[in-house]
Amino acid sequence: MAEPVKNEQVTNVVEMQGIIKEFPGVLANDRVDFDLRQGEVHALLGENGAGKSTLMNVLAGLYRAESGLINVHGKPANFNSPRDAIEAGIGMVHQHFMLVPSQSVTENVLLGLDEPRFRMNLTKYNQKIDEIAKHYGLHVDPTAKIWQLTVGEQQRVEILKMLYRGADVLIMDEPTAVLAPTEIDELFKTLKAMTAEGKSIVFISHKLHEVMAISDRVTVLQKGKITSAGIETKDITRADLARLMVGREVVFRVEKKPIQPGDTVLEVENLHAENDKGVPALRGVSLNVREGEIVGVAGVAGNGQSELAETLVGLRTILKGNVTVGGNDVTNKPVKLGIRSGISLIPADRTLVGTAPNLSVTDNVIMKNYDQAPIGKGLTVNSTAAGSYASDLKDSYEIMVPTIETSVRLLSGGNLQKVILAREISSDPNLMIAVQPTRGLDVGAIEGVQKLLLAQQENGAAILLISEELEELLSLSDRIYVIYEGEIMGEVSDGNVNTIGQMMTGLRFEEIEQTQGGENV
Amino acid sequence: MSDATRTTLKSKLPFKIKIEPRLDDPPGWYSPLLSLAAVIFALLIGALVIWIGGGDPWKAYSHIARYSFGSIGVLSDTFVKAIPLMLVGLACTIAFRMKLWNIGAEGQFFLGAYGASMIVLLPVLPEDAPQWLFILVMAISGMFFGALWAFIPALLKARFNVNEIISTLMLNYIAVEWNNYFIYAVWSEGGFQMSKMFQRNAWLPRLSDYAKEIPAFRGLTTHFGLVFALIAAVILWWVLTKSQWGYEIRLIGDNPRAAEYAGISIKKNIVFVMLVSGALAGLAGMSEITGVVHRLQGAISPGYGFTGIIIAWLAKLNPLAVILVSVLFGALILAGREVQPAGIPTLIQGVIMVSLIASDYFLRNRVSFVRRLEE
Repeated sequence: MAEPVKNEQVTNVVEMQGIIKEFPGVLANDRVDFDLRQGEVHALLGENGAGKSTLMNVLAGLYRAESGLINVHGKPANFNSPRDAIEAGIGMVHQHFMLVPSQSVTENVLLGLDEPRFRMNLTKYNQKIDEIAKHYGLHVDPTAKIWQLTVGEQQRVEILKMLYRGADVLIMDEPTAVLAPTEIDELFKTLKAMTAEGKSIVFISHKLHEVMAISDRVTVLQKGKITSAGIETKDITRADLARLMVGREVVFRVEKKPIQPGDTVLEVENLHAENDKGVPALRGVSLNVREGEIVGVAGVAGNGQSELAETLVGLRTILKGNVTVGGNDVTNKPVKLGIRSGISLIPADRTLVGTAPNLSVTDNVIMKNYDQAPIGKGLTVNSTAAGSYASDLKDSYEIMVPTIETSVRLLSGGNLQKVILAREISSDPNLMIAVQPTRGLDVGAIEGVQKLLLAQQENGAAILLISEELEELLSLSDRIYVIYEGEIMGEVSDGNVNTIGQMMTGLRFEEIEQTQGGENV
Repeated sequence: MSDATRTTLKSKLPFKIKIEPRLDDPPGWYSPLLSLAAVIFALLIGALVIWIGGGDPWKAYSHIARYSFGSIGVLSDTFVKAIPLMLVGLACTIAFRMKLWNIGAEGQFFLGAYGASMIVLLPVLPEDAPQWLFILVMAISGMFFGALWAFIPALLKARFNVNEIISTLMLNYIAVEWNNYFIYAVWSEGGFQMSKMFQRNAWLPRLSDYAKEIPAFRGLTTHFGLVFALIAAVILWWVLTKSQWGYEIRLIGDNPRAAEYAGISIKKNIVFVMLVSGALAGLAGMSEITGVVHRLQGAISPGYGFTGIIIAWLAKLNPLAVILVSVLFGALILAGREVQPAGIPTLIQGVIMVSLIASDYFLRNRVSFVRRLEE
């Protein structure tokens, strides 16, 4: 094993020069240079669509560049497939995992390899994989089936796959997007363990704080071009990186005006509900949101957040407990009644739930008022009214589309979210439930979404913000509830990250108070 | 992941064919033109088969054209064939718009025919009731029974999530046997497997009925069912493109979860759409029985209900286009029989269907020729 670099003699494991990659109508990479030293974590930073993933897909053999040179270990490389790349020691862990849910960890790791041939001597391979896993601190049971694993564990399997294939360059495409804070810490430890062994890592991200925390060097891409190549992370500030990434100054602190909350709008008492599999997902949730207040719900994904949002708007049956909005009981009432009484929902999944992909922008923005005057007229949809309504929204929310008749499947994530926000906000709701409203958006778009939410708050709307982005919750919310396995662990109004983090792992607020009290004595 | 990347066909030609996914909506004229190209392509394949079989493609096609559009008389016969196709095509159109796969138009057609016959044979109306009353009651009864037949799978789907493809398909066979029972056992005339001929005032009026006033109509068999079909097409077009209900149907068809989230009841719409679909197919059965056959018998449909699926698809689920496509298919059925009783015309229908579905690929992808430079 090669020692980590000590002297000025720097070994470049990967060198990419003048990479040009074009997609129809887009120059995804415009003469991009990139190099990766042995034993470093090199962050590739940029907004969505900046060309980070494209560049790495070229390196991993998924895409072929229009032109440019790639050297791996000093030798020119010309990969036709991911298999060629992995043979040269380059492995990529994608955002969307490529695993077979019904098979075990070992089976997934071995998938596609020539060995074992006919007889699957799984015990032997289980051991082998367990050794590698232990070595790098990748805690996962080799005999477990994929569907039994958490998202974080599944990611470890993906990493194991690459390590087993002998990768010494590991490309991680937005690895933290799916992880809980504690899992992120563990991932970072693993990455450090790997670099200590002389492996090199490309860390693709658009999250500045993570890049600052983990990387040795940073390369910033903006609209397919390098704005800064391989600077030492310790020599640069977060604000500098943000400017390089977006091309303008980004205000980090959202400007939040102090607002005196009014009457209670949403009152949830002892809510019980099941998830799609019939397993209890909400077990006695109680919370409230007042006028002009943003209340956050923090928690690791899959602890009942989506079920909570669905029960509140009437999409999921409430088994026990009740929900009142503005004094009216809306427990198990039809969705339409909720919409009419001023509840709006920004769903977590923009394409699966929030929009109809093959319908036009117009058809998508009138989804909730197509049967209300002036758009709904008698039995008809007044297309003139719908058209002017859609154009107004397109202008005021700056939705970037050629025409309002364009199908929304052709829109970028940020623009799609604007379509949803435009629709939900224009109904002038008194209760707004936003689930992961900025997920997968770039810095500029996130800022826009957050501003719109704050504007709604100033208008006096009650906002329930359900998110896995702790930073976002902290900067936007007046109070934060923490949900764990369908129960509220407690409520924090002073933004104490430690308390929130502990509650996210299942400790109750009172329990934390006690232990802290004990320490103080 | 890799299917999103562009594929390049390797060849020794001085250019390469580049196929990439479309990132914008194709212009409005593109889709109809593409359909036309697919039909022409299918006809070329048909020509090839005829040629291999030792026939003269040109002769065969011109024969088909002459015997379907060649004179006012054959044109009228083409319309007669097209009327049930129009109604059944419309029945499939509304269901398919919601991605509700009603494969049971054939059965609903038979039940519609039964419902209409019942009025004469039971009898519901006295034999000497006026013609307008017969037509009205028979149409309502035909639509009712068609809708009833569609209501069964609709309820199963809405209530128990039973796959409507299987249930509607299977109900077709039951519908045929239902009719058979009445033909063989109840309304059989003199031991033949058919009912007695309906009296004239229970017939839909035909153009030839007015030959006395307008001599040009002599011998023209086009019946009043055409008016039903045209009115139905216009109403359906209005419903699907202009009404709130049509918007709900489109929304559910494209993304049921989004529709649910917008507060639209999917179950209610499954039932309503199936009822309308069944009623249209039932009306087709009624118009065929009262306009052409004039009695209840076994062979009243050469698979109209299934051809309706092709027609709806070929018309890209546009009710007005259904009319046009039905006329073309009516021609193919009518004149095809002149060419060959089975075989080639059916084959051409099949090839048209396949090339049409395949042509969707070019709606989603852009094909361009790039000259080879560096490679």
